Amino acid sequence: MKSSETQTGKIRILYFARLRESLGKGEEELVLPEGVTTVGGLAEFLRQRGDVWASELGTGKAVRVAVNQDMAEPETAIGGGEEIAFFPPVTGG
Amino acid sequence: MTVRVQTEDFDVGAEIARLRKGNPRVGAVASFIGVVRDLNEGDEVATLTLEHYPGMTEKSLKDIVAQAKQRWDVYDALVVHRVGVLQPLDQIVLVVVTSAHRGEAFKACEFLMDYLKTRAPFWKKEATPQGSRWVEARASDDAAAERWS
Repeated sequence: MKSSETQTGKIRILYFARLRESLGKGEEELVLPEGVTTVGGLAEFLRQRGDVWASELGTGKAVRVAVNQDMAEPETAIGGGEEIAFFPPVTGG
Repeated sequence: MTVRVQTEDFDVGAEIARLRKGNPRVGAVASFIGVVRDLNEGDEVATLTLEHYPGMTEKSLKDIVAQAKQRWDVYDALVVHRVGVLQPLDQIVLVVVTSAHRGEAFKACEFLMDYLKTRAPFWKKEATPQGSRWVEARASDDAAAERWS
């Protein structure tokens, strides 16, 4: 159970590979926006920045998300103090 | 079990010797080595740069190895994956599995590579005469991983 303090706390967002390059940053910290409670909600908040944010995180794009270093889905819950990463489908090996 | 992410090259013989050292019950060692090709999607590849998500990479590789050990009767497993700038002929990844018999070792080794390719957070960028580009994920890799579920 999360306290109200962590729920309103800061989150750390990471961007990798193509997303890091096109968005122009590898990471940022922000206070969890009001009303944002899921991965999908955070993506929608970021898309509202417009331009590359709207296109790179758009619904037609293949974007994967991890919460605290575990793969997540749009409906995965997020809260303050967590690490959320956005990246393209992986291509290692 | 061991997983390592590193910029340095690896010595396959030394890695295999270390993995099976002192275990006389090992009757089979299966290994896979992924290497950089000089041609992809019809273009010459000069360099391949590998990026990863420090922390999550190691966590996901350990999780994949743990799944392999649950599914098959293997004694030990090793995954070494390089990051940074690589060139054609360079080694990228090594997977080694030890078991009593070859069937389990082959299957676990193939499973590890199929899952690594679709789940571990690595990304490749290749430099070609037409410029640099991020390598796209392949549907055939997803299909290969699906076989095990």
